[in-house]
Amino acid sequence: MKRKNLAITLAALAAFVAGGAQAQNEQFIPANGYWVGPYAPGGSGFFGGIIDYFQMLNTRDGGIGGVKLTWEKCETEYNNARGVECYERSKKHPPTGASVIHPLSTGITYSLIEKATADKIPVISMGYGRTDAADGRVFPYIFPLITTYWSQNTAVIKFIGRKEGGMDKLKGKKIVNLYHDSAYGKETLPVLDVQAKKYGFEVTHIAVPHPGNEQQAQWLEIRRIKPDWVILRGWGVMNPTALKAAARAGYPRDKMVGEWWSGAEEDVIPAGDAAKGYIAAAFNLPGTSFPAMQDVVKYVYNKGKGDLDDKTRIGSIYHTRGVVAGIITAEAIRDAQAKYGKKPLTGEQVRWGIEHLNIDDKRLKELGAVGLMQALKVSCMDHEGGGAVKFLQWDGKKWNVITDWISSDQSIVRPMIEQSAAQYAKEKGITPRDCSKES
Amino acid sequence: MNWAFFFEVLIGGLLAGVMYSLVALGFVLIYKASGVFNFAQGSMVFFAALTFVSLTERGMNLWVAMAVTLGVMVVLGIVIERVVLRPLVNQPPITLFMATIGLTFVLEGLSQIVWGSQPHGLELGIPDVPMEWLSKSANINISQFDLFAAGVSGVLVAVLAVFFQKTRIGRALRAVADDHQAALAVGIPLQHIWAIVWAVAGFVALVAGLMWGARNGVQYSLTFVALKALPVLILGGFESIPGAILGGLIIGASEKLAEVYIGPYFGGGIESWFAYVIALLFLLVRPEGLFGEKRIDRV
Repeated sequence: MKRKNLAITLAALAAFVAGGAQAQNEQFIPANGYWVGPYAPGGSGFFGGIIDYFQMLNTRDGGIGGVKLTWEKCETEYNNARGVECYERSKKHPPTGASVIHPLSTGITYSLIEKATADKIPVISMGYGRTDAADGRVFPYIFPLITTYWSQNTAVIKFIGRKEGGMDKLKGKKIVNLYHDSAYGKETLPVLDVQAKKYGFEVTHIAVPHPGNEQQAQWLEIRRIKPDWVILRGWGVMNPTALKAAARAGYPRDKMVGEWWSGAEEDVIPAGDAAKGYIAAAFNLPGTSFPAMQDVVKYVYNKGKGDLDDKTRIGSIYHTRGVVAGIITAEAIRDAQAKYGKKPLTGEQVRWGIEHLNIDDKRLKELGAVGLMQALKVSCMDHEGGGAVKFLQWDGKKWNVITDWISSDQSIVRPMIEQSAAQYAKEKGITPRDCSKES
Repeated sequence: MNWAFFFEVLIGGLLAGVMYSLVALGFVLIYKASGVFNFAQGSMVFFAALTFVSLTERGMNLWVAMAVTLGVMVVLGIVIERVVLRPLVNQPPITLFMATIGLTFVLEGLSQIVWGSQPHGLELGIPDVPMEWLSKSANINISQFDLFAAGVSGVLVAVLAVFFQKTRIGRALRAVADDHQAALAVGIPLQHIWAIVWAVAGFVALVAGLMWGARNGVQYSLTFVALKALPVLILGGFESIPGAILGGLIIGASEKLAEVYIGPYFGGGIESWFAYVIALLFLLVRPEGLFGEKRIDRV
């Protein structure tokens, strides 16, 4: 009996040690997102994409450099306080604590800037967050990767210029900026004003109070202004409501350009026929034809391990956006492993990997992501790295790509970023890094 | 002053107000019958619309789906009475109010567990586009759907008014609202009455959910329509069905006019809080609302 008990104890001990050893060889990336509430479609799609990509790497390649990727879901409900709570919980997770955070919320990103910098945990705010964080000298741990709101906005105006027959044709045109009355919505007001001055168009900013499920007054105002174009900067229910209200006001949908948080399937399907012809910006494309997405289907969904319950969402805009976030995160870890060794990495080490990301066309091909995303080169000076946008048009059933990658106008954006970041550094007493001394 | 535009804003506001009234009616029903402010009304609107649209997307005929959803709402009403309200008979109103707050979160969670959190489109076959003849003749855009919603509200109010004034159950509902214990003493079955009124509120939630869902899509944010009903209730009175309609019209028209004509001076986006300013002003002058019953307590 004693011998049996001893055997059981030893077996349990061995299992505990093996489990511990396994945990020692895992890279932990928290999934602090939202799966319930008004913004659940965005949260569940995006984090579904990240998790699916990590799962695919684990199944196909055994992780990255032999280190398995692990994650843990924490529900933030798109709420700043909950976002900080999830962050605090995840930063203590073994073996290294959170190695990188994707808050998927501009508000939560703002709340984490100082905390994450102090804790040396990088925050990737891909296509959202604080635009001037693109100046890596002032914000070493914040990465508004691929394209910031301001960059996107200059690409939107370039797109409208193309449609009008040239940027010089913008003079005298009327553009309405219909925006969500929040920090997120107001983020592009200054850059639009600068562009209006530069190109001679007239911009009218019209605010829609949260949540945006009633827009009659705003659209009557738009009808009175008779704009040539409407830029839609919405989120959640504000988007289908705007499309429906545009139809009620008799405004043509192919003269409405949404930004990328107004350009998912979830934004147009509820609007039904009212969404036909609507145009939206994108920094990732939908679909399952990309080799990276085919691997996700093959190694994850075909093995019954997918994160999305609704399989019709595989390859949707939010899902592929999550896959792109997964690719970028994985590439940063891969780069950091090349420097620090094939082992679980700390946030500080992963930060180095993100800051040295260089996903060129050749690498995109190797990753099976040509067309899914644009090439990306990040540096100490530039935490954005890409800056280009494609435009999609909804035909009632699916998004169709209608442009190539349209680059942003950095002659407008970069000086504004540097000025704003310098102001922030002054307020917070931060001495900007000297990028020439960074390795 | 562009009078055509002014009238367009005014008419649009009145029609928007009718949509608010649809939600407010659900609150009024339950308050009138039980003295409880049902915080869960917005969640009931969401639950009803999501159930309906999920059934139709699974191939169920529109009318059958409506009947099944109505059945679900009736069952829900009965379950709420049995599980939540019955154990709380004779408890202070604040206790019942707190119970409905809990109910809100349960219903929201349950809806998403059962049907998922994805948004859905909902077409009722009524085009939500401006009537062409009116646009051409008067340059005023009024949506056919808005007129349809106004018609539905009118019918609903008429039916509810008859129900409350002319039927035995209606009279019993009013008696229960006045005093639970007195109603019980004269033999009115409180539990049955509550179950009936919650079932009727479920029906009103279904109608409101269909109208709002057809307009903005069926998604979680339907729960927020309750916020639109609050100033309507403050203004119209919590116990008055005509008050809910008139309150909706006043709030709808004034918030739209304010947004268009005053909003630009405040940077826009004022309509959501402006409605509450109007409601508060009314509250100062007439605390019981336009049609609310003036309460006199003997001391």
